[in-house]
Amino acid sequence: MSNAYDQVIKTTAWSPGPGCHGGCGVELYIKDGKVVRVEGDPDHPFSNGRVCSRLLACTQYFYHPERILHPMKRVGERGEGKWEQITWDEAFDTVETTWNRFKEESGPESVIFIQGTGRDIGGPISLLCYSYGSPNWTQLGLAGQSCYTPRLCSQMNKVGEFVVADCSQFFEKRYDDPRFEFPKYIVIWGQNPASGCPDAFFGHWVVDCMRKGGTKLIVIDPRANFFTSRADYWLQIRPGTDGALALCMTKLIIENDWYDHDFVEKWCYGFDELYEACKDYTLERTSEITDIPADIIYEATKAYATNHPCSIHWGLPLDQVPEATSVDDAVINLWCITGNLDVPGGNVIARNAWNVTQYPYSTAQLQELYGDDILERINSKRIGAARYKYLAHMRSWGQPDMAVQQMLDGNPYKIRSAWIQTSNLFGGQAANMRKHYKALMNMEFNVVVDTFLNPTSQAIGDLFLPAASFAEKESFRAWYQPLQLIRPAVTVGECKSDWEINLELARRFNPSLNDVYPTFKDYVNERIKGSGYTWDTLSKAGGWKFPDPETSPSSVPYRRYEKGYLRPDGKPGFRTPTGKVELYSTLNEEYEVHPVSFYVEPPESRVRTPELYEKYPLVMVSGRRSPVYFHSEHRNIPWCRVCDPDPVVEVHPEVMKQYGISDGEWVWVENDRGRIRRKVKMNPGIGKHMVSVPHGWWLPEKKGTGPEFYDAWDINCNILIPTDTQSESGYGGGAYKTTLVRLARITPADNMHPNDEDEWKDKR
Amino acid sequence: MKGLLFDTEYCTGCFSCTVACKQEHDFDADTWGIKVIEQIYTYPNGHVQVDYVPWPTNLCTLCAQRISSGFDTRPACVKACQSAIIYYGEEEELIEKAKELKRPMLYFNNKKQ
Repeated sequence: MSNAYDQVIKTTAWSPGPGCHGGCGVELYIKDGKVVRVEGDPDHPFSNGRVCSRLLACTQYFYHPERILHPMKRVGERGEGKWEQITWDEAFDTVETTWNRFKEESGPESVIFIQGTGRDIGGPISLLCYSYGSPNWTQLGLAGQSCYTPRLCSQMNKVGEFVVADCSQFFEKRYDDPRFEFPKYIVIWGQNPASGCPDAFFGHWVVDCMRKGGTKLIVIDPRANFFTSRADYWLQIRPGTDGALALCMTKLIIENDWYDHDFVEKWCYGFDELYEACKDYTLERTSEITDIPADIIYEATKAYATNHPCSIHWGLPLDQVPEATSVDDAVINLWCITGNLDVPGGNVIARNAWNVTQYPYSTAQLQELYGDDILERINSKRIGAARYKYLAHMRSWGQPDMAVQQMLDGNPYKIRSAWIQTSNLFGGQAANMRKHYKALMNMEFNVVVDTFLNPTSQAIGDLFLPAASFAEKESFRAWYQPLQLIRPAVTVGECKSDWEINLELARRFNPSLNDVYPTFKDYVNERIKGSGYTWDTLSKAGGWKFPDPETSPSSVPYRRYEKGYLRPDGKPGFRTPTGKVELYSTLNEEYEVHPVSFYVEPPESRVRTPELYEKYPLVMVSGRRSPVYFHSEHRNIPWCRVCDPDPVVEVHPEVMKQYGISDGEWVWVENDRGRIRRKVKMNPGIGKHMVSVPHGWWLPEKKGTGPEFYDAWDINCNILIPTDTQSESGYGGGAYKTTLVRLARITPADNMHPNDEDEWKDKR
Repeated sequence: MKGLLFDTEYCTGCFSCTVACKQEHDFDADTWGIKVIEQIYTYPNGHVQVDYVPWPTNLCTLCAQRISSGFDTRPACVKACQSAIIYYGEEEELIEKAKELKRPMLYFNNKKQ
């Protein structure tokens, strides 16, 4: 590659592009108005010059020959793949006119706003949703909203704060900051942080701690990976039984007197009730439930609880276990009673810099923007809010499993239109894809905002709006720290950022936005004003800043609860009803869910459904990450795809022998809901009663029109996963990691007809 | 003689080196200057180990152009490596450095010197 360039723009890589949650600092090398090279920014404290494969391949993403560069409308039937280029004006006018009609005829709640996983999208999509007047904003397809939302709610309820494993990320000088201490152990619970950076956490920080600080590992994972291979203790857990393990660990810590008496006495509420809830989870019983040898549970718990400091780095599987919010409660208890909360090297409270938020969180802020009755409007018609008190009080999502049902049956009111932004739900998150396909086909008008055509836009899109990548957009990032800017470096086609698109459209429904935010920069300036910076001054100062203890003491670790930095009244303690960490959650009680943790078996399992287990003896664990992909993205990026080319099913050699299948052979993975094709990858590091089936697969190189839709119906594992397994809270419990399946050899006569549920039922 | 040193104990298989190299040389997808090889194997006691080995191919030039042009002092893979376990330097320094590492692997290509 030529080293010639005109200029270098330093910015923050926040999707689209790499797709992920991270906040890496990058340098974009520009030549003749195009990005010709992507490099890490060595001065950036989040990533220190390191970059992932997806970022390094970004020139192939920005300038991909199949990237959609202009707004388009569908001109044939849905699924025929006939699109016609239109102007932005026509696109915006169409949406405005159509939605105004729906609003008049059926009320604004008849439009549902759908996003994928949280990147720089919560802000723009809620702005549009509430400006139009709908209460229905959701991650449609994501059964139980089972990705981070359960953990976030659980933390807010019990601690009043978000909490993360401390790897010095709140300090500019990182590991060299004298306030930081390396954890003795990091417990990695259900994640492979090297394969992707979850939720504003750079995965390789764990490796940094191992190399620089001698940090040891305890890893809870049903499948071997880099970290299990370097752990002092690997707990190879039966998928979905994490709740029992957490309760058993709690019992061990209490009964062996390994807990932090001082912290528990001063700062915890409900210790006795907690012991009552966990005391039946003996080592023997828990070992039987989880398949983890009792001595390993004991030794690992002892190592975690008797060494200080230690942290727990938890992953998405904890949102996809049954009764997830309760299991998340149980894990939070562990770092609290061991005295690891908001201490150096423990689980640190994660406030945003200067408490700046990407979009309004508080009631007052929401009212200012959308009117005094906004909360009433959101909750009176929001899907799921009447059934789930917990959901009604926590975040503003509609309940996705109920939403898809309502889109089909119109109860209690009709949904007529879907706005889908940052979500390829037939490639990615939609459990029971066929049901979602039917539901979206039932809509009168679907708008998709994306970068490429994919199974979702091809199958159900009526209007396609092309989104800008991070290299083309002006935005900011206020997710934990530092506060940083996303600076536009180039333009590509007519693509607009999610913010630009939504602000433009939101103005048409809420003209007051014209006065409040004449430009998007005004929005940014308003949001970040607590930092003392504006867009321009922050840009001049380098584009990112950490808060300091003088201007924002609540944003700077540690032990903020002792200093009165957390509560609005300035008193020591936590932002919870009792002012303490609530091992017994008074808010859970108010919301009519279990106030103390409990455990239940997965909806399908050898214990709960033994007959089904006999028929389908393998637990399908979906969702293991690939470092070259982000969910359903990047299968069309050549430099990425070649590193991990096939949709595989990972199978233990003994299971392969049982089925008479060989490495590299294509097989069916099937259950009562359908079957998919996958290529066998032998893996001795996986449990003998499970298979690992990576999610997010569709084949961009295949026919994009119906009925194949890039073979999504043939290879996407979500065909096999049910909806309606959500927790009592309404959040969590999607069965993405606990669904029962079997394998079958493919015979030449087999030919799967996509998206026809009935035909599959006849065959079986 | 210049070469590369890897601490393979901490290679996580993230493919950053691989794609950094492809970008640097504008390689086709199927052309590799450095590959990452996954090894999953079982100890006699049943423990399953997952290791990754970065393997510079015969096309590796140690980023001669990147360095001679003054663009950087390091090959692209060294900079991108997310575990920061690739070192570039003279033979003697690397051999000295290797003594500090857990599972070092040295790479030289005498054909290209």
